[in-house]
Amino acid sequence: MSELTILDPFQVLHVPLGDWVEASLQYLVDNFRGVFRAVRWPIDQVLNGIEGLLQSVPPTIGILLGSLLGWQVAGRRMGIFCAFTLILLGLVGVWSESMTTLSLVLTAVFFCGLFGVPLGILCARHDRLEKAVRPVLDAMQTLPAFVYLVPVVMLFGIGNVPGVLVTIVFALPPLVRLTNLGIRQVPADKIEAARAFGCTPGQMLRRVQLPLATPTIMAGFNQTLMLSLSMVVIASMISVGGLGQMVLRGIGRLDMGLATVGGLGLVLLAIFLDRLTQAMGERSAVAGDHRRWFQKGPLGLFLGLFGIGKIKPQAEQQS
Amino acid sequence: MELGDEILSVEHIYKVFGTRPGEAMEMLEAGKNKDDVFQETGQVVGVFDASFSVKKGEIFVIMGLSGSGKSTMVRLFNRLIEPTSGKIFLNGNEITGLTDKELLSVRRRDMSMVFQSFALMPHLTVLDNAAFGLAVSDVGEQERNRRAREALEQVGLKGHEYSFPHQLSGGMQQRVGLARALTNDPSILLMDEAFSALDPLIRTEMQDELIRLQAEQQRTIIFISHDLDEAIRIGHRIAIMEGGRVVQVGTPQEILNNPASEYVEAFFKGVDSSKVLRAGDVARFDAEVVVGEPQPGVAPPAPYAFVTDDDHRFVGLIDSTVNGEGASPRTLAPDQLRTITFDTPLHEVLDIAASVPYPLPVLTQEGVLHGTLSKDAILKSLSHH
Ligand SMILES: Nc1ncnc2c1ncn2[C@@H]1O[C@H](COP(=O)(O)OP(=O)(O)OP(=O)(O)O)[C@@H](O)[C@H]1O
Ligand SMILES: [Mg+2]
Repeated sequence: MSELTILDPFQVLHVPLGDWVEASLQYLVDNFRGVFRAVRWPIDQVLNGIEGLLQSVPPTIGILLGSLLGWQVAGRRMGIFCAFTLILLGLVGVWSESMTTLSLVLTAVFFCGLFGVPLGILCARHDRLEKAVRPVLDAMQTLPAFVYLVPVVMLFGIGNVPGVLVTIVFALPPLVRLTNLGIRQVPADKIEAARAFGCTPGQMLRRVQLPLATPTIMAGFNQTLMLSLSMVVIASMISVGGLGQMVLRGIGRLDMGLATVGGLGLVLLAIFLDRLTQAMGERSAVAGDHRRWFQKGPLGLFLGLFGIGKIKPQAEQQS
Repeated sequence: MELGDEILSVEHIYKVFGTRPGEAMEMLEAGKNKDDVFQETGQVVGVFDASFSVKKGEIFVIMGLSGSGKSTMVRLFNRLIEPTSGKIFLNGNEITGLTDKELLSVRRRDMSMVFQSFALMPHLTVLDNAAFGLAVSDVGEQERNRRAREALEQVGLKGHEYSFPHQLSGGMQQRVGLARALTNDPSILLMDEAFSALDPLIRTEMQDELIRLQAEQQRTIIFISHDLDEAIRIGHRIAIMEGGRVVQVGTPQEILNNPASEYVEAFFKGVDSSKVLRAGDVARFDAEVVVGEPQPGVAPPAPYAFVTDDDHRFVGLIDSTVNGEGASPRTLAPDQLRTITFDTPLHEVLDIAASVPYPLPVLTQEGVLHGTLSKDAILKSLSHH
């Protein structure tokens, strides 16, 4: 029927890309079920562990611990701020959903850290690897999540685990980039000094490069955390629970109330996590400079109260 | 000063920076210089056929203009930079060609380095910075802190153990740098323009400190400087570099008196020779010398005559310039006179010479008359340089 015409050659000329992708996916599903199950397993374990922990803590205790964490990390004002956001989460009635979302996000960040930091370190050491990895990271960040949502579902099914996987894909790049950057930015004279005093490459990494890159790496963690949170609503399309699901359901049913509450919960959680990790980054930037003050500060007092003696020997050393 | 054997020696060492050192080496062997090589191949010659040796216990200064290859040279010693060709010996053992592991132990035990930029670790306390080298060698915490404290005390930083580098002034930071190098108790201290970033006052103070430490511990110090005054002040011997070559090695006096080339001479032009030269370098033997007791009534031929015993030891001076009726020359014993030893710097002699009428007797440590130094002779020697 259709013949090759100059004006519309695509009646005949056609690359069946979609078919190919589908065929190869089917092939993967048929032949590598074991592999995917193996990938699922560790994510499942970590996720269940974290979620079990977070859900089992009563809100009051959770708020208390969260605020103390804030205090520890960035002083009294931060503690009060944390208490405020957490109480607000409870008041709007999304505590449990928040904890689900938090556990998803933390799991994603955990795996990002597990792979992202070493990858960043390797990239900092090998220029060729960095060149090869960079376009992949670009693709991970720019590819719309909907594109890989479908294959992930085909390979891993629906639920929280594929949700975490999708989140990792999206949230990993900044951590790799910033780890790489942080290590490359360590001043050359420090590296030279370390070499002159006989550091092996491993000692160089542990004693000089990582400590000096910590503020930058922490900024990477902060970015990863924020990106993970921003994936929550999209991930809920593959039936991931938590705040994202509330928003999605609200949109689906045109239930403005539900969507707003879910959205507010997400924002509060984001602010809480952002401030906390930023403060941690600053702390590690300052920790380089004022570790002693930090050991002595409200943290030392606080840990002392709870009888955790880790700080003690160093405190004695100072006197 | 007692100097032992050679501790470090380099033989025909070359360093070419770039991707095709072989090509550059061929050109150098054909007699081309650094600039030709750079223009034709784009390879930078850092160090060019250097051979010399450093003696145990001396302060050896490497000097030269910016870009002459001084930093490259010290980094070849501990192989922070790999030589393109040539050999380096430490205590007679070749260190070019050591395995990585052996090289680590050389860096940990035999050579420590002090940097122009201090290069302290900002995340470590002063104590931890000073202990860095030992921590890297896996020395236990107690031992390493003890030794770091000792080193900090030596450089006058007791009480600052728990400060962080950014809380200290530049001079103090460099003291930490020095302590870090001393903690390892290395036999050789490499110092790359270690005091160049400090202001003149602190710099002089640190130079004195270094001279004192060296006198106490008899450590070999290889000191890079582009400042001639500094080199002369602290250096026992100086190597002068030009365009990657070592053009002259010698004591400051030797170089001042016999510059090997116009470059070296130009280098020494502005230097205050009264600070370089010592009495012994310019003392002459032109005065009358009487051996044994002077004969009474026999007037010496010159206004002043020096008397020595049979072993040439200085025993007195005959002064024939005494005025008055029937005055006879008087003899002055050494304790009635100003005498100077031959290693007194010339600028210290100026004052003494101005205050006495007679030429100054210049003695060796054993009291042997080495020569004499008149005001005329001093002025001549200063104007000569
Ligand atoms: N890593 C490098 N790559 C290429 N060229 C280099 C490198 N390091 C040094 N050079 C070149 O080698 C030559 C000697 O440099 P070097 O740093 O040893 O000089 P310097 O005498 O220490 O100078 P300064 O007084 O300025 O410190 C210079 O021409 C410099 O450009
Ligand atoms: Mg230099």
